[in-house]
Amino acid sequence: MPKCKYDWPEAGDRKIIGTRVSRIDGPAKSSGEARYTYDINEPGLLFAKIYRSPYAHAKITAVDTSEAEKSPGVKAIRVIQGPGKEVKWAGDEIIAIAATSEEAAEDAIRKVKVQFDPLPHFVNEEDLSKAGANAKPGETKRTGDPDKAFSDPDVVASEGYYGIATITHCCLESHGSIAEWTGPNNLKTWYSTQNVSGTPAQVGQALRLAGVEVPDNQIETICQYIGGGFGSKFGPDRWGIETARLAKIAGKPVKLMLERDMELEAAGARPSCYAKIRVAAKKDGSIVAWDSQSWGTGGPDGAGMPPIPYVLTNIPNTVTHHTSVATNTGPERAWRAPNHPQAALVTMGALDDLAAKLNMDALEFFMKNAPLAGDRGKVYQEELQKAAELIEWQKNWHPRGDKTPGHIKRGLGISMHTWGGRGHTSNCNLLIHPDASVEVNLGSQDLGTGTRTVIALVAAETFGLPVNAIKVNIGDSKYPVSGPSGGSTTVGGVSGSVRRGSVDALNDLFAAVAPALGVPAGQLEAVGGRIQAKGDSSKSLSWKEACAKLAVKTIQATGKNPGPCKLGDSGVGGVEIADVSVDTETGIVRVNRMVCAQDCGLVLDLKTAESQCLGALIMGITYALYEQKVMDDVTGRMLNNNMEFYKLAGIGDIGELVVHMMTGPGYDERGVIGLGEPPVISPGAAISNAVANALGVRVPTLPITPEKVLAALEKGGVA
Amino acid sequence: MRRKKDQRRELAKEGLSRRAFLQGAGAAVSGGLLTAEMAQGAPKAESGKVVGPGTTPITLKINGKIHKLNLEPRVTLLDALRDRLDLTGAKKVCDRGVCGSCTVIMDGKPVYACNVLAIEAQGHDLTTIEGLRKGGELHPMMAAFVNHDAQQCGFCTPGFVVACTAFVNKHPDPTLEDVEKGLGGNLCRCGTYAGVRQAVLEAAKTMKGGSPNA
Repeated sequence: MPKCKYDWPEAGDRKIIGTRVSRIDGPAKSSGEARYTYDINEPGLLFAKIYRSPYAHAKITAVDTSEAEKSPGVKAIRVIQGPGKEVKWAGDEIIAIAATSEEAAEDAIRKVKVQFDPLPHFVNEEDLSKAGANAKPGETKRTGDPDKAFSDPDVVASEGYYGIATITHCCLESHGSIAEWTGPNNLKTWYSTQNVSGTPAQVGQALRLAGVEVPDNQIETICQYIGGGFGSKFGPDRWGIETARLAKIAGKPVKLMLERDMELEAAGARPSCYAKIRVAAKKDGSIVAWDSQSWGTGGPDGAGMPPIPYVLTNIPNTVTHHTSVATNTGPERAWRAPNHPQAALVTMGALDDLAAKLNMDALEFFMKNAPLAGDRGKVYQEELQKAAELIEWQKNWHPRGDKTPGHIKRGLGISMHTWGGRGHTSNCNLLIHPDASVEVNLGSQDLGTGTRTVIALVAAETFGLPVNAIKVNIGDSKYPVSGPSGGSTTVGGVSGSVRRGSVDALNDLFAAVAPALGVPAGQLEAVGGRIQAKGDSSKSLSWKEACAKLAVKTIQATGKNPGPCKLGDSGVGGVEIADVSVDTETGIVRVNRMVCAQDCGLVLDLKTAESQCLGALIMGITYALYEQKVMDDVTGRMLNNNMEFYKLAGIGDIGELVVHMMTGPGYDERGVIGLGEPPVISPGAAISNAVANALGVRVPTLPITPEKVLAALEKGGVA
Repeated sequence: MRRKKDQRRELAKEGLSRRAFLQGAGAAVSGGLLTAEMAQGAPKAESGKVVGPGTTPITLKINGKIHKLNLEPRVTLLDALRDRLDLTGAKKVCDRGVCGSCTVIMDGKPVYACNVLAIEAQGHDLTTIEGLRKGGELHPMMAAFVNHDAQQCGFCTPGFVVACTAFVNKHPDPTLEDVEKGLGGNLCRCGTYAGVRQAVLEAAKTMKGGSPNA
């Protein structure tokens, strides 16, 4: 018997929770029937393109659209930034044109004439000495007495340089939207967005500031499917507002989706982080002191310090200093677990080097120091043990530098990570119809994490029905407001609101059928597609018969999160270990295996939870080995603004992947916690540590390209 | 390493992988390796006859149906499918023959629809993702993608399903190694490859005894 009426069922009573459920929109996606924003074709649709700054830093001196206006098919032109405006990165938007076809819009863009007064630009921040006035040093922060701790003759200190380059989001569905004015003050929009409920107010506010009157409640935003967001699609963006303005001018619906080059240059960037780190431990391996000088960029506004030292935040003596570097590059956006992959790379790299200097087994070193993670130290120890078992640490680990003959060197590397993931604000509307159908209406979106599926799963579990009996309506701002999908907050939010709404709706149904069954409503339960007296199936009705008792009255319940009873929590951990092979002749790194031991409280759908971890490992392999936004000092432009040179891992690049979700007593009772971000944090650090273990020398920065491997080997290591 | 690369090239030649495209790109005009293949069987425009830059009548055979369009010769097959025919299963992602999200089957071979002009696709048998599903039943490859959760955001998925189907048609008994080498021409951002590998191996079994297409 649950203590609180909305509580999740006890382990023995769960029918669907924790099992492997296939995503309910899987058939729509795999058959190509799923309609993304990019796929919306409205009658009379116009296509918009943008003229963008070719300069990384310049003042606009003149704009001439007269030739473009005469170009065939052109229906609307908007000067976004005119003379006098200063552009601060290449790719910034200057003019938008809508025309009858993509080709006609491109032709017109070629006829635009803009004159610039170029200004000095700065785009590469790794060498901090060149940053000059672009570097803004922050304050030095101290805990304990780091100077004294480092000068203790009984400690062993290790010093190193670590870094992680700026990468982009590279959503396969680029950013963009469609806008259609269905009345003088009625705007229908389709955005590729992580924030369906929050978009109308943002669009309304921006349009009203621009003098276009439209009330928020007359703006609808639809996003049934989104082709990747990863943190880059919370706002409508300036181009998304221009789409609505072009549509207003043209009197026709307008579609504007970014081209791939602009998706990579302007629509996504994860800040870089470079750090010189000194860290010390007693001879028994207990870490006592940390000293880091870090810097990084997130574009024109610089970048703050990642949370370092990471995970092991209770190191007693620390000093940190961070310099924010402004660059003339596309502005940063939240990238899956903002700032954490950077923090993990520099922290876990420095700690792994310290373990090597102490001649300690890295697993033993991290196990010993896990209590520095605070309350969750025991969880990390359990996860370290599980991950070590899965990677066969005892059999496969060796001290720094693979001494076996030949040019292929193998190594193992560990990293740990943490995240919050408390459920966001969510509202839903839950309907049980007399025809026995069940609907959930909820203004969320499914980024591919399985949001639709967990909504159906929670309602189905509560009603004792199969998952496919629940119709889930999301992806439209007309449904009850639910939070943006960011920070791994969605699953906790929607599962909370749907659980509470479902329990209330079910109680209404119990009340409606109690007289017919001759059992008090409080003594009824919903099990196996039936409503029955608790523990007495002789007094029962099928779900269909029960709903028929509603006659013509649909049950309607609302559910909210947060709300009564503890259905979720915040704070998860995870451990990943990489097993890599490095070719010391070519410098090529191959991942043999990666394992992930991850906790996230109560797992609702084991299949999609594992998919989150598998996908995160792959995304992590990609940024560890291949991804970097390569900027050209001379032109200030991104050199690899396409998918042949902005590299993503392919199906043959990932090795064997093993995921273990930490579940059961000690985990389940915490309730639902988000999982989107955490598993993507550690792969870079784990792979970097594995490469160091293989070679006996650290490749200091990600991505670990063959060139960097060979350069590191020049300095030392096994080759 | 070298041996593996050679194997990869062999497999890539059979489909139109990213690597094969890059090998052929130097010699081809607009369609990568396709150009040479199309020269064999395709009814060509009369030699010397110049079409465009304005619209010209174009006939495409897609999923067994004939479509008559008026298009500028510069319009890609992908844009014709998506913008003119509302066949939006093939996605526009890189738009330059790298990522495979726009994969369609042309005369039994997987091709990147962004790398073929609509005018070049005339006289060929085209199958898109929409043509793989017959009635209410999912194609075995689609069902396998659902079973193994070989999809997250799903934007690369239709291209993958088409490429995997063409791959299994050509390699009915693939090993895991074959899958990894033969499907390098499709890219995913969410990281669904682990599921895709399993899905292809499963579908290869369920597709035995006559596949629904090609």
